[in-house]
Amino acid sequence: MGVEGIGARVVRKEDKRFITGKGRYVDDIKLQGMTHAHFIRSPHAHAKVKGIDSSAALKMPGVVAVLTGQEIVDDKVGNLICGWAITSKDGSPMKMGAWPAMAPETVRFVGQAVAVVIAESKNLARDAAEAVVVNYEELPAVADVHAAIKSGAPQLHPEAPGNQVYDWVIGDEGAADAAIAKAANVVKLDVTNNRLAPNAMEPRAAIADYDSAEEHFTLYTTSQNPHVARLVLSAFYNIAPEHKLRVIAPDVGGGFGSKIFIYPEEMVALWASKKVGRPVKWTGDRTEAFLTDAHGRDHVTHAEMAFDANNKITGLKVKTYANFGAYMSLFSSSVPTYLYATLLSGQYNIPAIHAEVVGVYTNTTPVDAYRGAGRPEASYLIERLMETAARQLKVDPAALRRLNFITQFPHQTPVIMAYDAGDFNASLDAAMKAIDYAGFAGRKAKAKADGKLRGIGVSCYIEACGIAPSKAVGSLGAGVGLWESAEVRVNPVGTIEVLTGSHSHGQGHETTFCQLVAERLGVPISQVSIVHGDTDKVQFGMGTYGSRSAAVGLTAILKAMEKMESKAKKIAAHALEASEGDIVIENGEFKVAGTDKAIAFPMVALAAYTAHNLPDGMEPGLKESAFYDPTNFTFPAGAYICELEVDPGTGKTTFVNFVAADDFGRLINPMIVEGQVHGGLAQGIGQALLEHAIYDANGQPVTASFMDYSMPRADDLPSFNLSHTTTLCPGNPLGIKGCGEAGAIGASAAVINAITDAIGKNNLEMPATPDRVWRTIHAA
Amino acid sequence: MSTVKLTVNGKAVAVDVEDRTLLVQLLREHLNLTGTHVGCDTSQCGACVVHVDGKAVKSCTMLAGQADGASVTTIEGIAKGDELHPMQAAFRDNHGLQCGYCTPGMIMSAIDIVHRHGGELDETTVRHELEGNICRCTGYHNIVKAVLDAAGRMKVSQAAE
Repeated sequence: MGVEGIGARVVRKEDKRFITGKGRYVDDIKLQGMTHAHFIRSPHAHAKVKGIDSSAALKMPGVVAVLTGQEIVDDKVGNLICGWAITSKDGSPMKMGAWPAMAPETVRFVGQAVAVVIAESKNLARDAAEAVVVNYEELPAVADVHAAIKSGAPQLHPEAPGNQVYDWVIGDEGAADAAIAKAANVVKLDVTNNRLAPNAMEPRAAIADYDSAEEHFTLYTTSQNPHVARLVLSAFYNIAPEHKLRVIAPDVGGGFGSKIFIYPEEMVALWASKKVGRPVKWTGDRTEAFLTDAHGRDHVTHAEMAFDANNKITGLKVKTYANFGAYMSLFSSSVPTYLYATLLSGQYNIPAIHAEVVGVYTNTTPVDAYRGAGRPEASYLIERLMETAARQLKVDPAALRRLNFITQFPHQTPVIMAYDAGDFNASLDAAMKAIDYAGFAGRKAKAKADGKLRGIGVSCYIEACGIAPSKAVGSLGAGVGLWESAEVRVNPVGTIEVLTGSHSHGQGHETTFCQLVAERLGVPISQVSIVHGDTDKVQFGMGTYGSRSAAVGLTAILKAMEKMESKAKKIAAHALEASEGDIVIENGEFKVAGTDKAIAFPMVALAAYTAHNLPDGMEPGLKESAFYDPTNFTFPAGAYICELEVDPGTGKTTFVNFVAADDFGRLINPMIVEGQVHGGLAQGIGQALLEHAIYDANGQPVTASFMDYSMPRADDLPSFNLSHTTTLCPGNPLGIKGCGEAGAIGASAAVINAITDAIGKNNLEMPATPDRVWRTIHAA
Repeated sequence: MSTVKLTVNGKAVAVDVEDRTLLVQLLREHLNLTGTHVGCDTSQCGACVVHVDGKAVKSCTMLAGQADGASVTTIEGIAKGDELHPMQAAFRDNHGLQCGYCTPGMIMSAIDIVHRHGGELDETTVRHELEGNICRCTGYHNIVKAVLDAAGRMKVSQAAE
């Protein structure tokens, strides 16, 4: 490893613009003649739109247009799609209700747009929106999954009787039932995985600019995957063919999944820009984010785990109700199925697993992937079950896990996934050592003497990342392939531009991707630029989510680098009058191995472009591209242990220590990896202690601002104690597994296991607020 | 409409604004100083923190007119040319930022924290003092490290001056 190569803690190249206020986010962009959009949103969870009177608004100063849902339907802008087809156990396809970009007839959640005001300024648009009169006829609404599937419940979509989207199953039910019937012990658990709001700090925004002469649109948007946005806008929403639509995702202020999806606001901005003949800008406010960014989690689950007399797991049966909200968001259908139930084996040998997942419509904001997407729900369930089992079987929770760990790889689980590599004992050892697990009993006794309840909680997570082998996901219903592309452009002076279909919105690609180039060529990272986030520059890409950018995106760059290096070696060999096979690359030079003959990389590049002396038949230039499709998921795994104290007088939780031992395979930049873990842990702890997107029984959101929704703040969290164990991923040449979601997947179970250990009661739902913990402690 | 006269990053400016204009709108929309961000509209997240007459202020909660006659410093105004402010350098060196959206407000708040505590800071104090700034990316771990690091650097640079 060089000072800037793989494994080096290189400070980030992109930081200078962010720390000096020179970042360029969508809302920072102004276009000539730009107008501003403000959406008129339903205050009702379920209602008929009986009429919209915009006559007064149209007379107000600065108002350019008021456009309604009926107009966007009349103009044949397509309904929003869901890109992953799930089949129910009876063989029927999932049942989807139509989702127009603005509702012409029926609104189904608070915040759904019915019209948009376009005006000369944001304030004037807001003023005019106040003057638009929408006549609603309220309908009964339902927000809770169990209420929604009862007979007589309000019905959301005629296409989905009983509000049921699908009833999907995986695994062998007979085998799981038999294991439970024969078990020495059965551990049962009911778990609610609380609904969360993603809350990237940058609210979503869009600027659409239609050029009538070229019939061409440009869209600046807060996207994690601008090419996917262009594809969907073109192929399904009839906005424009792909070559007439440029999508730019510049600096994006966090995503966490919520900026994967193509939302109504972008569609409306594009359509409206053509309608009014001027650029249209929309920037959401925080309450709009709470109302319209796809939420995460929201599962209600009953599970039973069977153990034999030796405490070995023999079977697992799970039934989950997943709340999808009012419409099926872009990848929503895959989250509680193929991203959840396929991880229900956890780190354990479980011979028989069966899971049934019922997807349910409710009058709430749509639910889709949020950091971890299905895998946190699986991990939380399994790790709560293991802790509950240890308490029920009266064995040490770490020892029970070890007894059941998978130790041979590859390992085929009963739920599709084939784990390729791992060492679960190594990460658990590292975490137990870091927290002094053996000394916990003494610390607990001392805390008790001080009037505090001290608890320790273990969570051993596994996730499937590096999403994903295209053929595999295609066979499971995905509408897209999940490869990644890259292009390496060497300029005549030897500087390098790497174009990638991955998108950085905090992950530090502009640094880590350069580190691969530095590692291979020995050139400083200052000679390398990473180009991303613009469909006019990068040919195609699938974007960033599912901890895929290093395992998939960086591997694509590696493949393109190898092609470029191969050509460069031919040029160098020709110039040095040596055999191509004897050329080695060291410290920015192409050398003839074992001699002092060398040519500097910039001279190779220049030779490629002057083309005065190239090998016979070689094309000029030095530019190569590659598409990389992974052969398997990757399987990051690790052990988290949380030690905390509960004040029995207030129910308040205080962290004593939080240790994380992760196996991410090879690390490109450990500093950035640690940062990813810190952030993930904060989101997992936030779910466990603080966060909950709440609706009342009528579908009114109770938590629609930072005044009501409890975001983790600096004094809610501890400093974290991180370490890494390493088994290289055999599925990609760099051995990378991915690190972006681990913290959010593993942390919440560790926290709840620790609190329930501290208070000596096992039933405690998230978020474990002081009020809820106090009531649990003092419940009869 | 009113004319608001103020000093921004050392330069005197006079801007005609609607009376309801917020300080953050004046900075972002009228002066194109887009480093100051809006993250919540309810004074909770601190992405909009600037210094008004040397004190950290949430610019989404102050009318532009209230800043008449004041001296305002934004994230764009704290480096001396190419020389970063010690707090900026500490955020970079400690990986105290990821997406960068909360970062300007974090840095402006953190400078104010160090000034008010005279460089005598510990982790608990920094965490408590940062409760008005929300970050979704970093889990605050490296932000806390950065502020403590910068407190030391600022003490040294103050001593040198």
